[in-house]
Amino acid sequence: MNYTQRYTRTAIALHWIAAVLIIGNLAWGLYMVSLEFSPAKLKYYSWHKWNGVTIFVLAAARLLWRLRHPAPALPAHMKPWELRAAHASHILLYVLFFAGPLTGWLFSSAQGFQTVWFGVLPIPDLLGKDRELADVLKVVHRSTVYALGVLIAVHAAAALKHYLADRDDVLTRMLPFLKPLPPKVLPPTP
Amino acid sequence: MKRIALLLAAAAFALPAVAAPKKIDASKSYIRFVSKQMNVPVEGKFRTIDGTVDFDPAKPESTKAEFEVDLGSIDMGTPEGETEAKRPLWFNVPQFPKGKFTVSSVKAAGPGKFEATGALTIKGITQNITTSFTLNDAGSTRTVDGQFTLKRLQFKIGEKQWADTETVADDVLVKYRFVLPL
Repeated sequence: MNYTQRYTRTAIALHWIAAVLIIGNLAWGLYMVSLEFSPAKLKYYSWHKWNGVTIFVLAAARLLWRLRHPAPALPAHMKPWELRAAHASHILLYVLFFAGPLTGWLFSSAQGFQTVWFGVLPIPDLLGKDRELADVLKVVHRSTVYALGVLIAVHAAAALKHYLADRDDVLTRMLPFLKPLPPKVLPPTP
Repeated sequence: MKRIALLLAAAAFALPAVAAPKKIDASKSYIRFVSKQMNVPVEGKFRTIDGTVDFDPAKPESTKAEFEVDLGSIDMGTPEGETEAKRPLWFNVPQFPKGKFTVSSVKAAGPGKFEATGALTIKGITQNITTSFTLNDAGSTRTVDGQFTLKRLQFKIGEKQWADTETVADDVLVKYRFVLPL
């Protein structure tokens, strides 16, 4: 088995765990901010922050793994601009994996709420309480995670395009139980 | 014993007060509090406080002091939290705008250390509390630093769903500093 032909099991597992946690936290964040102030809301904010720290750690683990286990090459049919777009979007995804939790942590610190991972491990505050800065960081965190949400949608759409239109193995190598579709049968030329 | 007490009381009335009541310097004084939300300490403070103190370290037993806190001036992390804190379930500021602490007795508890007991009134509920404080005289000012633990549920601060101490703990650490002219 050749590493350049497929992703390692670890890479696949980390990818899908991260997908669930990140998409979950985006949806959870949207839900919790819509709630009336209540004890439940305070709890939900804590859970959102804990999950954010987990996502940060997971992103670091994935990045380290990826540096030692390069991703398989992209299909030969891809045009240079498509390759560039794919690489750029993957780099940007990683940047946002880190930026989402980081901006959330800074925002929370500026509001005067320390993050304590699972209520056990305190993450030190880099910033002190600062109301005006908190207002700015709120917008920064929201913009960052919205951008992440949009980029994840683009990422998923591109994977589906590879599966349905290009009929290559870009999606299936990350989803091993799925087999690539057979090549399209071109209509006979008259 | 009674006679001595009577004599002391008579003496206190007969002698002119050495120290006149003094107003705290509100710009240098503070009342902060640390509550635990989801087991995470969260600090807040009251922006508007006032107090009058008649205190002589040599005669702590004759102390007279009264403090007032404008509960609507609460400063927490978020505007959302502040709005909530003023509502009926928390401080109910429209009905009970002020918190009050009236010192009933002060005794020495070591060099530069004292212990004060008094009546704390918040939300129409009065409870006796004891707090220890230290004294620091420098230049023309006297700084009083102290703290005590307040049980918020005794004052109905956070009722109904907010009475859940797993989200917001019952114990709230109150830290204060009063700066007085000497």
